[in-house]
Amino acid sequence: MEKMKNRWIALYVENQVGVLAKVSGLFSAKSYNLQTLTVGTTEHEDVSRMTISVKADDVTFEQIKKQLNAMVEVIKVIDLTTIPIHMKEILYATVQGLDSVGKTEAFQIAEVFDRGGSVKICDIGEDAVLFECTLTENKNNELISLLKSQFKKVRIVRGGAVAIEAISRTNR
Amino acid sequence: MALNITGRKLFVKALKEEGVDTIFAYPGGMITDIIDELYKTEGIRVILGRHEQALVHEAEGYARATGKTAVVLVTSGPGATNTITGIADAYYDSIPMVIFTGQVPLHLIGNDAFQEVDIVGMTRSITKLGVTVRNREDMGKLMKMAFQVASTGKPGPVLIDIPKDIQVTVGSPDYPKQVDIRGYHPNETVHIGQLKKAYRLLKNAKNPLILAGGGVRISGAQAELLEFATKMNIPVTTTVMGKGVMPEDSPLYIGNCGMHGRYAANKAVTECDVLFSIGTRFNDRITGDLEKFAPKAQIVHVDIASASISRNVVVDVPVTADAKIALERLVEYAEPMKTEKWLSTIAQWESEHPLSMPKSKIGVCPQAICEGINKVFSDANIVTDVGQHQMWASQFIKLKKGQEFITSGGLGTMGFGFPAALGAAVGNPERPVVLVTGDGGFQMNMQEMATAMTEKIPVVICLFNNSNLGMVRQMQQLFYGKRYEITDLAAKDGSYYPDFQKWAEGYGCKALRVTDAADVVTALETARSYKNGPVLLEFIVSPDDLVLPMVKGGTPLSDMILK
Repeated sequence: MEKMKNRWIALYVENQVGVLAKVSGLFSAKSYNLQTLTVGTTEHEDVSRMTISVKADDVTFEQIKKQLNAMVEVIKVIDLTTIPIHMKEILYATVQGLDSVGKTEAFQIAEVFDRGGSVKICDIGEDAVLFECTLTENKNNELISLLKSQFKKVRIVRGGAVAIEAISRTNR
Repeated sequence: MALNITGRKLFVKALKEEGVDTIFAYPGGMITDIIDELYKTEGIRVILGRHEQALVHEAEGYARATGKTAVVLVTSGPGATNTITGIADAYYDSIPMVIFTGQVPLHLIGNDAFQEVDIVGMTRSITKLGVTVRNREDMGKLMKMAFQVASTGKPGPVLIDIPKDIQVTVGSPDYPKQVDIRGYHPNETVHIGQLKKAYRLLKNAKNPLILAGGGVRISGAQAELLEFATKMNIPVTTTVMGKGVMPEDSPLYIGNCGMHGRYAANKAVTECDVLFSIGTRFNDRITGDLEKFAPKAQIVHVDIASASISRNVVVDVPVTADAKIALERLVEYAEPMKTEKWLSTIAQWESEHPLSMPKSKIGVCPQAICEGINKVFSDANIVTDVGQHQMWASQFIKLKKGQEFITSGGLGTMGFGFPAALGAAVGNPERPVVLVTGDGGFQMNMQEMATAMTEKIPVVICLFNNSNLGMVRQMQQLFYGKRYEITDLAAKDGSYYPDFQKWAEGYGCKALRVTDAADVVTALETARSYKNGPVLLEFIVSPDDLVLPMVKGGTPLSDMILK
C-alpha cells in the first residue's frame, strides 16, 4: 500500500448551479478522502476556482485528477502538489476559561506564530481571547495542537485552504 | 432577423436539425406543450411506451441498432424518476442518449410542488451532463450541447430538464451548429510514441493476446481489429460488451473471457505474456481477482477515457485514444508473428474443455435454443435480458459480421431486454430482432407488449422459462447449500403465474410453447415467417441447468468451476 499523503488541487469550473454538488458528489461516490474544499469567483464572473485538499495515495490521486478532468463542467485541473504555490487558510480559534496567566500565555503564542500580521488576537473578553490566523494549513494544524495542549476550552473554525501558483519559481 | 419562437417550437426545430427520426416518449402535465407541438410535426415517429424505465431501454436498443443518439421525452416527478434505472444502464454501457424531462415552472422549483423532483441532482452521478434550462435564451445552446456531449468521446446519457414556462416562453429561434465547450475536449488523437511502444511490446511477445471490449464497437473499429489481428496472427478474446466485434467464424477468435467465459479464453488470459486490451475498462466480471489477473503478462491498455486506464488493472503501456484511430495506425505497423505454437496451445485447451451443456433432465436445453437461433436467425440482431439466458446467449450464439449483441453489460438490469429489443427493431427494421430473455427479467417490463402490438414491432421473443430466478438460484445451488430462498417464482403448489400463452393471447400476440428440443428450429422458423408484430416463443427450461464455466466472484480467472 502506497503512502497516504495530503495533496492539493486547484480546479477551474463553470460558475453554474450544481457544479459544486457534482464535484463534491464525485468524492463521496468514489470514496475519495476529501479534506477541505473552498470555492470562490475569479476575474471572470462565469468561472469559479476551487482549492481542494485530499488525502490519497499516488494511484488514487491520479484517478481523482482524471475523473475531475473528465467532467464537462471542469475547465482545468491544476496539481498544486508539485509546483511552487502560495497557500493560506483562515482560522478562528476561541480560547475560553482563561485566568490572567492564561491570557498572557495566549498573547505570547500569538506573537510567536505571527509573521507580519498573520496571527493576531482580534477580540477579547473577561476570560476568553479570539485568535485570527492566516497561515498555511500545516501551520494552522500546529497552532491548533499547541492551543489544545495548553488550554482546556478551545473552539475552532477553519476556512479550508486557498492556494495560487507562485509567480517566481523560488517562492513557496 | 428571424422571428422569435416559443421554447416548444425550438425543441422540435432542434430535433429536426439533429436528424432525429424517432423519439421515445410518455406524456405528463409538465410536457403537454411539447407533446402538443409534436402533434403538429411531421417526420418524427413518437413511440409511446408503457413505462418510463422501458422507454429508456427502448432508446438504448435504438441507439445500439443505429449508432445514433436516442431521444427520450418524459414528464417531471415520477416520469423523471422512472427513467433513472435506464439512465444508469446507458451510462455504464456508454450509450449516446438525450433525456428530456419536463419540470415545474421556474417559480415553483424548490417548493415541493406537485410532481416536482430534483432530477438533475438525482442523476448527477449517472449522466455525462445534466442541466435545468433556467433561461429561455439558453435553451438552444443547451440542447446542442446535449447532443454534442452525448455522442462524442466516451458516449453516454445527457439529461436536459425543461421547466413548463420555458416551453412556452418566446425567444431566439436559433439553434447553433456547434457549441464550444471549454471544459470538454474528447480525445481525437493518439500519442504515436506510446502506440509504437505498445506495438513493440506486442511484437516481441511469445504468447500475445488481444482483449477487445465494447469500445471497439462504439468507435466502429471492427474491420480494423480483424485486419490487425489477422495480419499479426494474434488470438482475440472479447468481453461481454465486446462480443461481436470479431466475427466468430474467424480462426483467431477464441470467445469471451471472464466470469462465464470460455475455458480456453480464460486460460489464455492467465497464460499470455502480453495482453493488448482495447476498449474495455476491466470490469470485475472480466478480471476476477485483480491480483491474479493476467499474472504473466505485460499489459497494454488503449481506451478513449484516460480515467479508465490504470484504474482497476495496473497497466504497463497506457494509450489514451479512440479504438479506431489507434487500430488504423497499428494496422500500418502490423507484421506477421510466429504464434502457431501459442495458437495450438489454445486450441488444445479448447478441446480439453469445449463449451457444451449436458443434456437437460427436463425441458429444452438452452444450448439447443441458441443453436437454433444461429441456424434460423444468422442475420438477426440479438438482444438479451439479464441472467442465465444472457450468459448462455453470450456463450452459444455465434455472431456474423454486422450482427449486434445488445445486452445490459455494466449495470446488469433485469427488464432491459424486451424494451431494448423493441427499440432495436424500430431503429433497424432491416434486420430481424431476436430477444433472448428469462421469465424473471421479462416480467419486469412485460407491459411493453402493448407497445409492441400497437406499433406492430416484429420481435421474436425467446422466453427461457425455468420458473426461477436462475442466476441467483445457480449461486444458491453452488455456494449456499441449495437453500433456494425466494428464487422459485412458482407458487407452493407448483402453479406458475402468469400462463404466458394466455397472457399473450390477451394482447392478441402470436405465441407458442416449446417443450422438446426437437421442435426448436420449427418454432423459430414459424416465428421468422410472421412479420406482422411480435411472436412469443416460450421454451420450457430446467431450473437445474447451469451456466458453466463459472468463476466465483473475487477469485482468479484460472479457478473455473467446470461442472
